[in-house]
Formats: sequence, C-alpha cells, structure tokens
Amino acid sequence: MSQSTTNLTAGPPAQKTGSNSLTAGLMPGWTWIVVAGAALVLGAAITVVLSDQFAVVGWVVLSGLLYIVGMYLITLVLETRRRATDMLWKNLVWTAFFIALVPLISVIWTVVANGLPTLISNPGILTDDMSNVVGADDQATAAGEAPLMGGILHGLIGTLTITLMAMVFSVPVGLLASIYLVEYGTDNWFSKAIRFFVDVMTGIPSIVAGLFAFSGMTLFVSTFISDSPAALQSVKMGLTASIALSVLMIPVVVRSTEEMLRVVPNELREASYALGVRKWRTITKVVLPTAMSGIASGVTLAIARVAGETAPILVTAGYAVSVNWNVFSGWVTALPVYIYRQLINPTAPAAPDPAAARAWAAALILILIVMGLNLLARVIAHYFAPQKSGR
Amino acid sequence: MSKSITAEDLNVYYGDFRAVADVNIEIAPRSVTAFIGPSGCGKTTFLRSLNRMHEEVPGARVKGDLYLDDDNIYAPGVDPVTVRSMVGMVFQRPNPFPTMSVRENVLAGHKLNGTRMSKSEADDIVEKALRGANLFNEVKDRMDRPGSGLSGGQQQRLCIARTVAVEPDVILMDEPCSALDPISTLAIEDLIADLKEDYTVVIVTHNMQQAARVSEKTAFFNIAGVGEPGKMVEYDQTSVIFNNPSNEQTERYVAGKFG
Ligand SMILES: Nc1ncnc2c1ncn2[C@@H]1O[C@H](COP(=O)(O)OP(=O)(O)O)[C@@H](O)[C@H]1O
Ligand SMILES: [Mg+2]
Repeated sequence: MSQSTTNLTAGPPAQKTGSNSLTAGLMPGWTWIVVAGAALVLGAAITVVLSDQFAVVGWVVLSGLLYIVGMYLITLVLETRRRATDMLWKNLVWTAFFIALVPLISVIWTVVANGLPTLISNPGILTDDMSNVVGADDQATAAGEAPLMGGILHGLIGTLTITLMAMVFSVPVGLLASIYLVEYGTDNWFSKAIRFFVDVMTGIPSIVAGLFAFSGMTLFVSTFISDSPAALQSVKMGLTASIALSVLMIPVVVRSTEEMLRVVPNELREASYALGVRKWRTITKVVLPTAMSGIASGVTLAIARVAGETAPILVTAGYAVSVNWNVFSGWVTALPVYIYRQLINPTAPAAPDPAAARAWAAALILILIVMGLNLLARVIAHYFAPQKSGR
Repeated sequence: MSKSITAEDLNVYYGDFRAVADVNIEIAPRSVTAFIGPSGCGKTTFLRSLNRMHEEVPGARVKGDLYLDDDNIYAPGVDPVTVRSMVGMVFQRPNPFPTMSVRENVLAGHKLNGTRMSKSEADDIVEKALRGANLFNEVKDRMDRPGSGLSGGQQQRLCIARTVAVEPDVILMDEPCSALDPISTLAIEDLIADLKEDYTVVIVTHNMQQAARVSEKTAFFNIAGVGEPGKMVEYDQTSVIFNNPSNEQTERYVAGKFG
C-alpha cells in the first residue's frame, strides 16, 4: 500500500506520485486495442482457411465473436469475475446496437449508391415528368445512344399536394379530438369510446384505408352526382388519396397530441382560471402554446409516416405521367407509386434499366424528404419548447 | 374594491366524500385572515371554494352559501369566471406561464382575455402591479426574459403581481411560502402586509409564526379522523388564537402538541 494516497489532510495539495491503490489490479487501458487487433487478425486467418477466400461478412462476424470472448477471458484472468461479466454484457449490448443499425445503414447505403449517380448525372430528373417519354426513349438510353429521359417531378408534386391535403383534413380533426379527450371528456364513456376507436384505427392496414376512401368516394359520387361511367371514373383523384392518408394520419395526430396536452401541468390551467380566463381561451392561449412544440413535432412525424405510403394511393389516385396540381380532379402519381410502377411496369419492358434508375433516384428523394421531416420535427421540438427555468 | 366574505353552512364535497363541513365565517374587507390546521383538514379545499375553483376537480361540488359583500357566488346562474375575476388566487407552487416573458406574465389576465390596450396603458399596469408585488426593481431590466427564469421567490411574487394586475377584490393564497427560502418568505410576508391596504387577503399556512406575523384573525381547522370531514374549530383574533384560545384542540395545536 502506498502511503501517499491516504494523505487527506487540508492544505495545498502536494503533487501526488506513484501508483494509486484504488486503481491497482486493473488491466491497462490499451488492452482492448490489443484484443481487437488480435481478433481481427485471427478472424481473417480463420475466414481464409475455412472458405478458401476472403469473405468480409464472415470476417467481421468472426472477429466480433473472438473479441467478445477474448475480452471476457482476459478480464477474468487479469481482473475479477464481476468485471469480466460486466465486460461481457457491455460488449453484447454494443453488438445488439450494431445489429440494429445494420438494416438502417444497409437501406440508406443501397438507395444512395443506386440513386445518387443518376441524380448527379441527370439533375433534370427533378424538373421533368414522364409525359414525353416512350419505350423507344428508354431503349435508346439503354443502348447508350441517348441521355436518360423523363423525371419524377409529377411524383414530387403529387406527394406534396396529396400530403398537404391530408394534413388539412387530419390536423384540425386530430387536434380538436385530442382537445376534447384531454380537456372536456374527462373519462366519460364517449371519450373512452373515442380512445378505443383511435387505437383500432392505428392498426388499420394502409390498403384498407385506401379501399375505404375509394369506396366511400364512389358511394358519394354515385349518390350525389351521377353514376355514369365518367363520373365513377372521376372518383380516382388526389382528394380520395388524401382521405385515405387522413384515415392513417388522424389516429397518430390524436395520440401524440393527447400525450402532449396531458403533460401540460394542471397548475397552468388553474393559474389561468384564477385570473378569470374562460376555459376555451385557457386552452388556446395557455395549454396549446405550452404544448405547441410537441404537437408540431408529432404532426410532422405523422406526415413523414404517410408520405411514404404506396398502397392507399395506388388504389385511390390512379397513375399519371404528367404533373397534376389539381387534387380535385384527374389522376395523380405520388413518389412511392412512381417508384413501384417504374420497377413493376418499366416504360420500356425490353429495357428496364433506365426505369430502374429513375425509381432509385425517386427512392433517394423520398428518403430525403422523410428524413428531412424527421429532422424538422426535432428542430421544431427544440426551438418552440417553452424556456426551461433558468435557475 | 375589497369585499367581505361570508360563508353560511358551507359544505364542500369531492364526489360523495364531504371534505369540509358546516363552515360559518365572516371575513372583513381589507384584512388578513390566516387558515391554520393539520394536513388534510380541508384548508386548501375550503380556500378553493371561495373562488369557485373547487368545481374544476371532476365530481367536486359545494353546498351552502357564500357571499362576497351581498352577492351569493353560489346562487344559480352565477358565472364562475366572473367570480374568479373578483377573487384572485396564488398557489402553493409558483406557476408563472412558461411560454411568457415577465412582462407578459404580469399582463396575462388582460392578454388571455383578449383585452385591447395601448402600450403605455400596458406599461402602467405592469409597473403598478410589479411595484405592488415588490418586484419591480429586481426585474425592470429583464422584462422580456422568460418568467420561469426568475428565482422561486421572485416567481411567486410575479404570480402575485399577475393576480394584482387584474385588480380583484380578494386575494387567496395557499401556502404561498412553503416552497421558498426564509428571505423570500420574508419578502412575501412584507408584501402581504402591504396588500391588505387594498385587498381582502386570505392565507393558508402551515407555519404558525407566519400566521401570527401576518394576520389579524385566524381560523383553526381540524379533522376528527381519517374519512371524517374537516371543520372550522375556532375563529378569532390572531392574538387570542395563539395566546388564549377557548377551544382545547386549538390550544393543543398551537402549543405544538399534535398535528
Ligand atoms: N382532488 C381531490 N379528490 C378527492 N379528495 C381530495 C382531493 N383533494 C383533497 N382531497 C381530500 O380532501 C381532504 C382535505 O384536503 P386538503 O384540502 O388538501 O387539506 P389541507 O390543504 O388542509 O392539507 C383530504 O382528506 C384529502 O384527501
Ligand atoms: Mg393544502
């Protein structure tokens, strides 16, 4: 035992030298580097021996296993059993984390690798639609005789208008419903029923939402307008798709807004009542602003959730090759549907590569939109949050 | 401004549970009245029935009559919002609005009700209310900073300023100092002494020295046991309650024998 470490009396601290008895018996901090290096080398050797050639996946998996086992054994020998168990579980938790990341990274990587080159070499894809593209164009492109034709603009516009319209329906409905649930329907049977059905709606498969909107709109048109084939044809439009998306979006908005309203402290409502402020004004001027950041980010996440939907739009909005700004009439294409159709029904069935290139570019843009919305939700939550106490 | 409060056979319920029974009390205008008593005896509940805040709790109700001067606030058809604009309330924990600046917090009663006013009118109200709450000098350079950035004691005085700004007749305070340090407590006690020049002040406190320091009259509440309703046991001049109470329960309580 070194005496110097037990000197705890007051006074200017003396320069401590020598070993610390509290850290005696620990392995040096660089041990893991050595073990990792050894595991990588050994893993590589075993991989080559077992498969006659170098397989990266096998190498990574083997090295990881060797590292975990190696660290456990070394800690067991150099330190204590407790620390070894701690080390083992810590490494297992990290492994689980990396495994969870694999699909995410892999998806992003695939989409970027396939979509980015097209976007860079053909930026016009963002400003062009498919109205003038025929099979011959794609065959020429595939043969290397012409640049890539066509674009995704109509899909972008379609996604934008349909999603905006869905937002126009779902945000007021969702907001008012959750205000009713939290502020008015304090656990009466009606609010319990609403909560139950909102939960059920959360689990509705998106294709069912699409069929619901489609048949609902068909019923509406044939009852109130006309059941001529032309009128029935007009059922497929952006509006119908927005209704389908609203069915998916409303429960998400209700639930997230409800959570946010619930965490607004009751003290604030009472402070407002005590000043002689009416309930509705208290809700709009105190409760909603206090919860605004959470509500806004919840709404943004709900938008991100429906922006990538394919099936409900496929059955409600038809398929168009040109930009259609009008949600109330005519077929519309949204980005996910565009991707699906370009892959399943390439413009030139004999030369599907250009269609696939456009689909990958569209997929990249779609992922960027959804990621952007998620980031936006975080920014909103951060900047609109009420100032925390400065104490 | 400043009204008397008269309760006649006031019973306060949470659903079927009677929390406060048969209170009869007369509180003079421009005075400070303290409510003391052990935890759970219904001080908060009774206080909240004085501005119809009690009924905000689901299932809660009140039976009996309560007069502000000559008006029964529990008469059928009375709008609780009107009552609350006459009877302000300061809560146990300071609760400034977190989305509002110091200035906006003071103006909250007007702004939340949508009252239009010129900037100079608003400035006057803010300064008057903050001076009334002994806070003006401490915050005059940070009017536009969040109200929740002040210290606990300052926040509580901000809440008092917010209440004073709507010019009520009565100010109710539920243990306004229980979350504060001794210095801030002193600041609030000084303030209460000033407030009684203009308002009827009713304060619930756990601290008997505080009751003795700030109030002219004191009401002692007690509870016979768990599940029993709280009752007002004795109501008299503060000096009598603390030095020469007529009820034996009061005597034991102020002597610190139980509670
Ligand atoms: N929100 C409520 N719902 C039901 N009972 C309550 C509620 N608040 C208080 N009580 C009951 O009312 C009685 C009086 O409580 P309270 O007024 O808070 O006492 P005090 O303020 O004197 O400590 C207690 O028995 C308490 O359990
Ligand atoms: Mg209390």
